[in-house]
Amino acid sequence: MHNAPLTVVTRATSGHAVARRDHAWIRWGLILFAVGSLTLLIVVPVVNVFYQALAPGLRAYIDNLVRDPDTLHAIGLTLIIAPVAVIANLVFGIAAAWAIARFKFPGRSLLTALVDLPFSVSPVVAGLMLVLLFGMQGHFGPWLREHGVSIIFAWPGLILATTFVTLPFIARELIPVMEAIGSDEEVAAVSLGASGWQMLWRITLPNVKWGLLYGVILCNARAMGEFGAVYVVSGHIAGRTDTMPLRVEKLFQEYNNPASFAVASLLTLLALVTLVLKVVVARKTRRDLEEAARESAPTGGA
Amino acid sequence: MSIKVEGITKRFGSFTALDNVSLEVPGGSLLALLGPSGSGKTTLLRVIAGLEPPDAGRVLNEDEDMTLTSARERNVGFVFQHYALFRHMSVYENIAFGLRVRRAPKKEIHERVTELLHLVRLEGLGKRYPSQLSGGQRQRVALARALAIRPKVLLLDEPFGALDAKVRDELRSWLRRLHDEIHVTSVFVTHDQQEAFEVADRVVVMNGGRVEQVGAPAEVFENPANAFVMDFLGNVNVIQAKVSNGRARFGSLEWLFPEHDHGDERAATLYVRPHELQIERSPNGGGSMRARVDRINAAGPVAKVFLSSLEGGMGLNVEVSADRYVELNLKTGDTVYVAPRKMRVFTPEYVI
Repeated sequence: MHNAPLTVVTRATSGHAVARRDHAWIRWGLILFAVGSLTLLIVVPVVNVFYQALAPGLRAYIDNLVRDPDTLHAIGLTLIIAPVAVIANLVFGIAAAWAIARFKFPGRSLLTALVDLPFSVSPVVAGLMLVLLFGMQGHFGPWLREHGVSIIFAWPGLILATTFVTLPFIARELIPVMEAIGSDEEVAAVSLGASGWQMLWRITLPNVKWGLLYGVILCNARAMGEFGAVYVVSGHIAGRTDTMPLRVEKLFQEYNNPASFAVASLLTLLALVTLVLKVVVARKTRRDLEEAARESAPTGGA
Repeated sequence: MSIKVEGITKRFGSFTALDNVSLEVPGGSLLALLGPSGSGKTTLLRVIAGLEPPDAGRVLNEDEDMTLTSARERNVGFVFQHYALFRHMSVYENIAFGLRVRRAPKKEIHERVTELLHLVRLEGLGKRYPSQLSGGQRQRVALARALAIRPKVLLLDEPFGALDAKVRDELRSWLRRLHDEIHVTSVFVTHDQQEAFEVADRVVVMNGGRVEQVGAPAEVFENPANAFVMDFLGNVNVIQAKVSNGRARFGSLEWLFPEHDHGDERAATLYVRPHELQIERSPNGGGSMRARVDRINAAGPVAKVFLSSLEGGMGLNVEVSADRYVELNLKTGDTVYVAPRKMRVFTPEYVI
């Protein structure tokens, strides 16, 4: 799922590809196979979502989105939860990447492994872990209830679940970029009188800005589309704890296909926008990495 | 402003990078820390800058103890070996950085940066980015950036290490002239003795985390304190001899060393620089060695003659002036007499 750093490496080396002569039919055969399977597996379903959504007409499509208060609420909730999760992960991701890329300390490799944990845990299990902690039968449930705080079956639970699932995205993007750029400029900034915050805002973050933005885009896309973990903690209270993906599922279960596809098409549209942004930003990140590699090589000459 | 370092010790794990180092940098002087890699010179520079906390000892500025002052508050200009310019900032912003983080007024920043761009001869390049500059230009930006904060002391870590030979020579003499102009107390690290001698007022020779010798370039070169300094400062001929009663003996040869007047015979190493040996066609006294000319390299202002002594088969390396070379009319295979004009003896209390 998370193949971004790999892409960077392969693209960077493809410039030196050895020219080879294969039979034309092999080349065209492979291209046809790749394009064919992509069309079948991705293009057709995506186009179909929009086709199904718009089949009853444009007016019905818009009505399906805006006339149903529960659907509107679901859209609004997703648009709140995703940015909050992204901000939480920005803070965590920058702190974790900084610690891992800049310092050697006992437990460093353990921290690196823990950052990746949400990738390997099934989202359903992640949701269940929260229920077991904060639910009525959980450790903190009764205490939380006494103090009038509800986490499970309420928006704090949705935010926790989403944040947990998207935890690795930003840290994983930043660590290689920070390691490639190195700490020389940061040390220089301190020697020139910069405080820790000034160094962070004026040197570290501007240097990693494209990697950071790339992480934010991936994190946001995942946060908006998250289903499993959110499904467990939300309790599906229409108009209160349904997010867009949960709403799609509920409408589908109610045999309201046009409405279900309408909401689904909106999610898909967000995904397509993300894809375009991702391609643009990935190009910039790669340029930064290449520049860092050039800088660290000995430079000579006038 | 003078900088004093007292009894600095710094260890990295089991490796002792600095071993009880004391040093004084007189105000307004330009001092070179010279030594092979691993001698602790860069570590000492980083300790002075506050980038590396010492395990023991003090760093004083005038008489104010700044051992515990953070790098940020020391007001020290540091020029890094690989420049460490801020890649996302223009040349102008790089130089302005130290003033911006001090929240200096805009007008003052503009005046100071303009002045520095002029000083480092980069007028008109303020809008460029570091990646658009040559190595020598980047080095000058790094210098201007360090000077912008009007540092008490300017520290340069191998400032010319990453440059081409030609650019390096130009920048060297430029740095010397710049220092004569602005007189900021400066310390620079180098492993190149020629660079240290050419640029610095005083040279500190370091080895294995200790200071071996401190002095003016000529002083250090003419009177090396020990075998290491002698050896490190360039080509030498080494003769393993025996000393006793004020004389050094090698085979049948004998030289006078009145200061070694002990009665027992001790092993000693004699050092002679190539230009301190002279070649004669005939023997002149007991101190000249018979030697055969093996090879001659006459390109350049001095002719380099490689010989082997007929007694002991020792390789000798002699430099003679071009005039003298013509006068001697040397050819490969000739037998000549080689006599030292000056030599130094170090008894092996010094162990590498």
